[in-house]
Amino acid sequence: MAFDVIKVRQDFPILQQKVYGKPLVYLDNAATSQKPQQVIDSMINVYTELNSNIHRGVHYLSNQSTVAFEEARKKIQTFINASGEHEVIFTRGTTEAINLVAHSFGDTFLNEGDEVIVSELEHHSNIVPWQLLRDRKNITIKVIPIDEAGELMMDKFEELLSSRTKLVSVAHVSNALGTINPVEEVIRIAHDRDIPVLIDGAQAVQHVAVDVQKLDCDFYAFSGHKLYGPTGIGVLYGKAKWLEEMQPYHGGGEMIKKVTFDKTTYNELPFKFEAGTPDYCGAIGLGVAIDYVKSLDLAAIADYEHELLTYATNALQQVDGLRIYGTSEQKSGVISFLVDNIHPYDMGMMLDKMGIAVRTGHHCAQPIMDHYNIPGTVRASFGLYNQREEIDQLVAGVLKVKQLFG
Amino acid sequence: MSISEIQEEIVEEFSAFDDWMDKYSYLIEIGNDLEGFEEEHRLEQNLIDGCQSKVWLHAVLKDGKVIFTGDSDAIIVKGIVALLIRALSNQTPDDILACDLQFVEKIGLKEHLSPTRSNGLVAMIKQMRLFAVAFKAKMA
Repeated sequence: MAFDVIKVRQDFPILQQKVYGKPLVYLDNAATSQKPQQVIDSMINVYTELNSNIHRGVHYLSNQSTVAFEEARKKIQTFINASGEHEVIFTRGTTEAINLVAHSFGDTFLNEGDEVIVSELEHHSNIVPWQLLRDRKNITIKVIPIDEAGELMMDKFEELLSSRTKLVSVAHVSNALGTINPVEEVIRIAHDRDIPVLIDGAQAVQHVAVDVQKLDCDFYAFSGHKLYGPTGIGVLYGKAKWLEEMQPYHGGGEMIKKVTFDKTTYNELPFKFEAGTPDYCGAIGLGVAIDYVKSLDLAAIADYEHELLTYATNALQQVDGLRIYGTSEQKSGVISFLVDNIHPYDMGMMLDKMGIAVRTGHHCAQPIMDHYNIPGTVRASFGLYNQREEIDQLVAGVLKVKQLFG
Repeated sequence: MSISEIQEEIVEEFSAFDDWMDKYSYLIEIGNDLEGFEEEHRLEQNLIDGCQSKVWLHAVLKDGKVIFTGDSDAIIVKGIVALLIRALSNQTPDDILACDLQFVEKIGLKEHLSPTRSNGLVAMIKQMRLFAVAFKAKMA
């Protein structure tokens, strides 16, 4: 079945609008994706038809919402092929998921002098939680360097591993460069030494099919809002053997079995890690987003987006003075670039006036910018609804800005 | 000229542009033309680090008036820095503290002053006023 982008676009009401009187060209999908009508409708439906706090309610609506919430968990389990629903924990997003592991895994398994390995291309969300853990536990953080193309230097990775390494935490796809990391290899190498691996999948699940059992990762984190779902909901997948052992992250309702002032016993998985009323509306919306992506076929989406990336890379490379950062052979739909000596803020501002939404700055990945010794980049990132025409508009916009600053 | 007269003058100049391209071309021009920031002042203590762009601001008191010099790594921001310096430099600390900076909004560049833009401009205006407060205390 050919991927029909014209038809797909009709599912996204926000794309129909104009900004400054010009058709919106939305190329900021790595920051967040737009939502299809199906997801929007499902959220409205929750609040108009079935809203009630989930679990433990004895009444009809509570039962209905609990069923819908747990069905969403089941959809996610199937989507990433987790071995059980108890391994799927709802969080607010990728950031919270990584913080959960840094706290709970860190508190349970790490001691002074132990090491966590991250990479140079991580989002701040996969750096700062480990620094906070470092400050609490006096651990060491080691960093896998990247080369000029923006690829992990795997030989250096092997050198970093030691008997004190307790966890490796790397991005599946770089948000700033688009590099698809060889996570299978990272996991294999780490597992050879019995070291567990967390994969930050925030930029991956919307672009590539993820099978956590096949990957054999120990943890996998992602956000709903980048997967055409609502904001405020995300997922931590974890192998039960770790989750069972880990201390809870937050304490409160839902996560307990029995509470007395002397001692509290915790609920079973996944509820042990879901203190308080979860964002069940968001979770249900995320379930619908997954249905939507599946209906289009993730492989077809990946092929289409790869075509877009190739088209955009070729088109942008024709622009005199344009440099692309992140030139790995394995890339998802992200192009980070600079033109001549035009500051990314200036470029972004001018493109905005033409109705083109890109992101500028360091993309919450300052170490990458330091690596290339640049203040930041202009980043165009693609989603399943982008079209070649929009890339043509981006290129025309860039040329216009170049002329303006020339 | 008083700060309010300068503001009126800037608003008058910008009223000539009905097209955003012309307006920004002019802003780029005055950004490129901004001079006077001495390299010796490009120091950490004079840096207002926005998330998106950097602004440097330096001030001295001369004959009871504050002389501002500034710079930015982004030209559009630098253009606005030039306008702010034009409005507030060579004025007394009292006048700087009393003024109502309306021109940025009137010429349609208010979006650059939103706190979430994090380009250093909001912090720069605050810093300009802080300089005025400090110089005023020094003069007293």
